[in-house]
Amino acid sequence: MKSLILNTATRLMIGVLVLFSLFLFFRGHDEPGGGFIGGLVGAGAFTLYAIAFGTEATRKVLKIHPITLIAYGLVALVISGLIPMFVGEPFLTGKWLFLEIGNTEWKLSSPLIFDIGVYLCVVGFIVAVIFALEEEPLINT
Amino acid sequence: MLIVIGLIFLVALLSPGIHRILQEKTGWFLALLPLGSFIYLLSWLPEIAAGGTVAQSTTWVSMEFFEVNLAFYLDGLSLMFGLIITGIGTFIVLYGSGYLGGDAYLPRFYIAILLFMGSMLGVVLADNLISIFVFWELTSFTSYLLIGFSHEQENSRKAALQALLVTGIGGLALLGGMVLMGYASGHWEVSALLNEGDIIREHPHYLAILLLVLAGAFTKSAQFPFHFWLPGAMAAPTPVSAYLHSATMVKAGVYLLARMHPVLGFTETWMILVGGFGLATLLISAWLSLSFTDLKQILAYSTVMALGTMMMLIGLGTEIAMQGLAVYILSHAMYKGALFMVAGAIDHEAGTRDVRRLGGLRGLMPISAVAAGLAALSMAGIPPLFGFIAKELVYEAALESALAPILFISLAVLANMAIVAASAIVVLRPFFGKAVETPKKAHEAPLSMWAGPLTLAVLSVLFGVLPFLVDKSLMLPAASGVWGEPLDFYLSLWHGINLPLILSIATLAGGLLIYKVWDPLRESAPMKTYQAGFAHVPVKAYEGLVNGMLGLAGWQTRVLQNGLISNYLLTIIITAVVAIGYTFLSRSGIIFNPDFSDVHVYEWTLSLAVLVSLGIMLTFGKSRLTMIVAAGIVGFSLALIYLIHGAADLAMTQVLVETLTVILVVLVLIHVPKLREIRSTASRFRDGIIAASAGVLMTLLIFAATAAPFDDFISKFYADASYPLAHGRNIVNVILVDFRALDTMGEVVVVAIAGIAVYALVKMTRAGTSTANKES
Repeated sequence: MKSLILNTATRLMIGVLVLFSLFLFFRGHDEPGGGFIGGLVGAGAFTLYAIAFGTEATRKVLKIHPITLIAYGLVALVISGLIPMFVGEPFLTGKWLFLEIGNTEWKLSSPLIFDIGVYLCVVGFIVAVIFALEEEPLINT
Repeated sequence: MLIVIGLIFLVALLSPGIHRILQEKTGWFLALLPLGSFIYLLSWLPEIAAGGTVAQSTTWVSMEFFEVNLAFYLDGLSLMFGLIITGIGTFIVLYGSGYLGGDAYLPRFYIAILLFMGSMLGVVLADNLISIFVFWELTSFTSYLLIGFSHEQENSRKAALQALLVTGIGGLALLGGMVLMGYASGHWEVSALLNEGDIIREHPHYLAILLLVLAGAFTKSAQFPFHFWLPGAMAAPTPVSAYLHSATMVKAGVYLLARMHPVLGFTETWMILVGGFGLATLLISAWLSLSFTDLKQILAYSTVMALGTMMMLIGLGTEIAMQGLAVYILSHAMYKGALFMVAGAIDHEAGTRDVRRLGGLRGLMPISAVAAGLAALSMAGIPPLFGFIAKELVYEAALESALAPILFISLAVLANMAIVAASAIVVLRPFFGKAVETPKKAHEAPLSMWAGPLTLAVLSVLFGVLPFLVDKSLMLPAASGVWGEPLDFYLSLWHGINLPLILSIATLAGGLLIYKVWDPLRESAPMKTYQAGFAHVPVKAYEGLVNGMLGLAGWQTRVLQNGLISNYLLTIIITAVVAIGYTFLSRSGIIFNPDFSDVHVYEWTLSLAVLVSLGIMLTFGKSRLTMIVAAGIVGFSLALIYLIHGAADLAMTQVLVETLTVILVVLVLIHVPKLREIRSTASRFRDGIIAASAGVLMTLLIFAATAAPFDDFISKFYADASYPLAHGRNIVNVILVDFRALDTMGEVVVVAIAGIAVYALVKMTRAGTSTANKES
């Protein structure tokens, strides 16, 4: 799609959208947000980019194949599940680590890794489908 | 024992790497693995011989109703099988490295054969019903890979699939039988089941259990009428045939029934079914072996005959039959393993397996000739070899049969005559007589290929002359394991002149006579008919079944998925309306007491405005794009309703999903031809009725659902536990990533698979069209 307004707006928006998706992702545990929603916004950002500049350019921006993204997501899910097993607890039990850095408390946890996995899978899924559909027409007639 | 099996699996996966480093020495190195397992199992021999058993257990899956443990149980029976598997396995790995030396796929052979070995060892050592089944199916899968090893050849792929389908369907039946057995007795460990025979035998499901278990065992052990897959599977490379089709996998069914004999046996049904099918199998296949000229086919049918004999012995269920079974299993594994390996060596060195084109090889391949000769003597049951003791015991057992002893003994003698002739054919034809020009210039096989056959053949002599080497230590515990209680016997070559001996002499004379007339006999019309009837008809029946199944699948696909998306929708919606509507109305009837008191005016307005405008747009819209966008509006309005009720998370998700869905659908629809008005008034009318009935049904369902009192037990639990247990204040997110993480994981995996599938599908279609374009 060739549209000056869309192109300019997209250029400005993509960074904000990605940041926003990360913001949504990280606040997810306590406020509305999380891996799924964050992933959707992230995917939305790249979808917008793909519509404005085409898939070739989006591939360059993304740098990584969406299917690979899905694979990393699945790996993250499995890792978060395996972590508790090293201390003899059932698969997928949440393990937490509370860190005091400065005045803020940082919560590191296996559910966080799990959420990262969800995020990657969601982004990978939508971008993969968009790429597949955008690259060439489905029906030649 | 878990460690041994685990180690075999681990090394199997590492073997390509090992092969890269050691190259042609890999076989010698990998053979140390089964050898080590063999020695490990042998170290239990004193304890087993003294009447002990060994049980080891690791919890695997533990649930309220049943447990799946990685439990292992070693008694005489499993020890004998374990020793056969690892002992012959050692030689097979070596032999394979020689036979397939230089083959690019040799590393694959190592992986598959070791995985198979581990699974097979699992079958005979496992104590838990479910873990037996898991290993049992693993042997089917790995043998599929092994039989289809030469995957470029169509017949080898077909043979692999045939073996997988036949044994796989039997395996499913077996699972059913095992689950029934577990529920009937309350025990999932075989060692505990062994004492519960009476409960199972008197249980109303006994017949069902028996039939299901027999289906599993008969398909795996190639009993009539499933005998056809085993000779078909000879498309596998010879090391595989020698291992799977003589020594191990096909004996899994025999092992299973032997193991289950104390639980399921001792009834008349058992005797008739197991004994009867065994008898039929042994007679049919013994004579079938004489109708072929390919060494491996002859050996394959003689193996089916041996399996039939074993089944018959299990079916007879007498003490003497158990003795015979133990001795027969061991002697058969040794001579048949050796003969298959020699047959492969002949094929490898002379270039053909057809006995009509072989002859006089004894000077060129002396060691193989000795090994084959001794093994064949054992197979023919000639003293002083171990096979002779086995055959004498088979005759004794048949004579003592509680049912129709005359029938059993006469058919057994008749079948054994054919086997004597077959033994003569596989040794005398290739190695003796005039030297014949063979496709390749024959010479002795390498050490790795004759070490196995020679060792096994020599052991056949040794155990025959000195039976006390194995009788008390191995045969007695094994037979006791099948019998269920300790037995006491000893083996000897000479029992004096008695009926079995006289029958043996008659068998030998008859067999040699058959050998003399083999060439005309093979070509005679009755033999051709016999071969067609018993070898080809079952294969045709199998192929007919498979083709019929494919035809049925094709037909119902054409009907249900004819390519028109509107048809798919119609089918789905009509099915849902009829099925759900019938259940709903017949079970609970219409419940209609809606409470609209707390619905605000703006909510009414919002809903009605959305629905009415949507209805108008969908009915009168002229382009697909408008309609999609209109449908999207409903989603956005729904988000507004969520927001009004304070579900910010849901609203956000709804908006995002809706946006992306509309984008995706638009991307698809852009490429679809313009909407044309092709529908008749009648079809519009029909669609309208279907749509309305679906809508009415959903409304009724929602009324019924909201009429029930709301129990906030679950939501209260999540609200209370969210922060203390999972350190998060956003309940939705906490449920997703913590409380119900396994659910989420499953869903994400579905999303991942769907993503990969969509990507592959679109890419593939495109690749397909582009090549099609090029061709046109």
